[in-house]
Amino acid sequence: MIAQFPALQVVIPLLGAPLCIILRRGALPWLIALLVSWAALAMAATLLSQVADGEIISYALGGWLAPLGIEYRIDTLNAFMLLLVAGTSSAVLPFAYKSVAKEIPQDRHYLFYSGFLLMLTGLLGMAITGDAFNVFVFIEISSLSSYAMIAMGRDRRALSAAFTYLVMGTVGATFFLIGVGLIYAVTGTLNMADLAERLPPLYQSRTVLAAFAFISVGILLKLALFPLHLWLPNAYTYAPSVVTAFLAATATKVAIYLLLRFGYTVFGAEFVFNIVPASEVLLTLALAGVIIASFVAIFQSDVKRLLAYSSVAQIGYIILGISYANVTGLTASIVHIFNHAVTKGALFLVMGCVAYAAGACRLESFAGLGKRMPLTMAAFVIAGLSLIGVPLTAGFISKWYLVLGAMEKGWWPVAAVILATSLLAAVYVWRVVEIAYFRDAPADAPPLSDPPLALLVPTWVLTGACVYFGIETSLSLGFAEQAAIQLMGGG
Amino acid sequence: MTPETLMVLTLAVPLAGAAVISLLDRSPNVREAATLLTAVVLFALNIALAADVLAGARPEFILADFIPGAPILLGAEPLGVIFGLVASGLWIVTSVYAIGYMRGKHEAKQTRFYTFFAIALTSTMGVAYSGNLISLFIFYEALSLSTYPLVTHHNNDEARKGGRTYLGVLLTTSIGFFLFGVLWVWHEAGTVAFTPGGVFSGQTDPVLIAALLALFVFGIGKAGVMPFHRWLPAAMVAPTPVSALLHAVAVVKAGVFSILKVTVYIFGVDFLAATPSTGFFLWVAAATILIASIIALRQDNLKRRLAYSTVGQLSYIVLAAMLANSAGIVGGALHIASHAFGKITLFFCAGAIYVAANKTTVSQLRGIGRSMPWTMTAFTIGAISIIGLPPTGGFVSKWYILLGVLQAEQPVMAGVLIVSTLLSAAYLLPVVYTAFFQAPEETGPPTHGEAPRPILLALGASVTLTFLMFFFSQPIVRFASQIVGGI
Repeated sequence: MIAQFPALQVVIPLLGAPLCIILRRGALPWLIALLVSWAALAMAATLLSQVADGEIISYALGGWLAPLGIEYRIDTLNAFMLLLVAGTSSAVLPFAYKSVAKEIPQDRHYLFYSGFLLMLTGLLGMAITGDAFNVFVFIEISSLSSYAMIAMGRDRRALSAAFTYLVMGTVGATFFLIGVGLIYAVTGTLNMADLAERLPPLYQSRTVLAAFAFISVGILLKLALFPLHLWLPNAYTYAPSVVTAFLAATATKVAIYLLLRFGYTVFGAEFVFNIVPASEVLLTLALAGVIIASFVAIFQSDVKRLLAYSSVAQIGYIILGISYANVTGLTASIVHIFNHAVTKGALFLVMGCVAYAAGACRLESFAGLGKRMPLTMAAFVIAGLSLIGVPLTAGFISKWYLVLGAMEKGWWPVAAVILATSLLAAVYVWRVVEIAYFRDAPADAPPLSDPPLALLVPTWVLTGACVYFGIETSLSLGFAEQAAIQLMGGG
Repeated sequence: MTPETLMVLTLAVPLAGAAVISLLDRSPNVREAATLLTAVVLFALNIALAADVLAGARPEFILADFIPGAPILLGAEPLGVIFGLVASGLWIVTSVYAIGYMRGKHEAKQTRFYTFFAIALTSTMGVAYSGNLISLFIFYEALSLSTYPLVTHHNNDEARKGGRTYLGVLLTTSIGFFLFGVLWVWHEAGTVAFTPGGVFSGQTDPVLIAALLALFVFGIGKAGVMPFHRWLPAAMVAPTPVSALLHAVAVVKAGVFSILKVTVYIFGVDFLAATPSTGFFLWVAAATILIASIIALRQDNLKRRLAYSTVGQLSYIVLAAMLANSAGIVGGALHIASHAFGKITLFFCAGAIYVAANKTTVSQLRGIGRSMPWTMTAFTIGAISIIGLPPTGGFVSKWYILLGVLQAEQPVMAGVLIVSTLLSAAYLLPVVYTAFFQAPEETGPPTHGEAPRPILLALGASVTLTFLMFFFSQPIVRFASQIVGGI
């Protein structure tokens, strides 16, 4: 049974999706989604424990051996991503029950949960597969379902947000596909391990260069690196609360995983950093993204949108770590993928709580919430501190390694920028805190209180995780470091 | 109990106290009893720990191994013990005072107040007993954040503005410079452990050392070195017990304590003595002392005057650290204690006047010595200690700092100390004169009497400590000289 986990990891959520449509009554779709997600989490944890000592699991799907069949190849990085995706959905789905009930009409609930499971399938598949074309298939599964999920937002602008995302996401996926086609044309294989062996002699080939350009731009669009981030703020702002929390924590992160996988495993560090000036390009874009998006975030009047821009900035940090091309930087990136997922997940769940109680996440609707929704706002403050990178929160661990990596490179100005932009994060987080705690609610405001426990508990689980992973780092940092070493070692 | 247990308990007890206090909103008397009990137990723990450390114990305890090689580590040594004793001892006194003050002023949200007070003390203990540089940074930040709700206690626009400056300056300096310095030390030396004699070898580039010194001296914003001192006057929007314990003792002393700690255990006194760039920071400290004293002269608001006085007095300790000799370090450590006793007395008086007479500026104090004789006598004694005259603790610490200055052969700095003594007399004695020797503005029967009993009790305690520090200075000096391995 355990030997089949790599396949079941994807197949179970995939089968759960139609099941939600068949058993569409009442709370059943939610229950199915929850159980499927928890099962996926259990499987991901098992897989991670199997690869924890540096072993690599190779699984031939349907018994068809690579390179003809599709191979699922799981090393520390894959397993870590699987855990992240399944873990986030498992934490978010309990929240969904009440939040979705409030935000989405009853007759579409089964569609929502079905779509959610497809999204989960796609993301898990992207993370687990060792086949370049198979990656494209899963990108499409996750993207198509997420367009639909975003369009379910209450605000009518959700439709145009979903449409923008659809256009840009399709461009990204198409670019990716063109790139995969090109390398298939020159190497004759789609299996990543095979590609890794056959590409080095072709490093000077223009086809390979073009393929790399298409693939990386395609992925950068999906992961919303500045200036390819334009789809993200609207999508995050207008999507239903649960979708925003899940997408923010996982979708861009899995795309970053793909960047690492293709950069280090398929093309190889030698090609990416010596033949192509990837380091310089990524460094420039990442720095621009961090600085500009942080400034833009300060001036937002909708808190969800503010957090969306903050996400663009945080993605910049992750890419920054990759651009160092050293183990410390890579560790910082991978651990920040995890830590930022936990932090942003918590913050967007807080937004879900506020939306549930107050109906909107505009800055002025936060007035007086410190008094009226104390538990919700306390979670916001703690997760916000993690976003800033205050010690004893997860964000601090990432910042520590990020700055250290820059110092190892001798990039002192970069180190200074990281610390300075942390202060910008402090500014945008504190804007919200000040309004929540110091501005009184308008006299005619309807009475508000903390949302029910069904919403508060998941929010606080993720908020607690922000603190937990800032103190007990053996899981997050330990695996991130191991994954970074594996990638750098050419694994 | 083993010293390790004692040390861990110094953090656990106030934290548990905070948890208990937060649950006692319904019964204020029990809540205040809990605060007092926590403070007394904490002080007892610190005394027991001090005895062990004096006997040579150097306990260490890993709280969490969060970054490989740089764990969150607790460790006790003489300097930390002195700070721990001063902060926890004065917490008892301040708690008594706070009961009188908060009830006298009918302050709102007292439970939140006492809860965050206990959390702030937990962070202070963490600062005192941090065993490496990164732990020091962590507790330093925790102290900034846990005192923010206390500074903004009144929840009005003024509090919000003050809080913004407070957190803005402290976070900017700590994340921008202090953290940068911590990371740089880790990058350069491969360790953040507090090591007697420092972590750098003789080969380290002097330019790098100068840069690191700048990151620490300016990055530890709580030490109030100009131009990063603005947060301290801003913090005066807080209720007076906060200004007294936190912004005359715990928070500001955490700053200068950190600078001393970095001087002794990261750079090393001997190493720093051979570093030419310390001269520059002597000048920075001297400038802060003089400028802050002159600004204090011009403040009419009593609490602001005291705040600027604190800015100046803190730089005495920075100056003492930058002298990089043993007398200077001992003098700095002593000044942590003696300034704490003197300044807390002055803040207690400011608060007492506010509670009893609702007056906040020096010009309103004419003749107030007649209706509040006890308070103003305490004020006079506190002022004498801040000026640095015998028979008060302020004399002892200034004496050692002056010794250090002479040992370092810095005649100009000796001049600075003398001028600043005159300046502190010039901004404190007029208050005494106004209170005792000018006739009250309004004639007729006095509208108010002395401050509430708990406030007077607290004043008595802090004045006693000021005298004790003078008359029993030798044991304290011996203890402090353990930091630098004896004079």
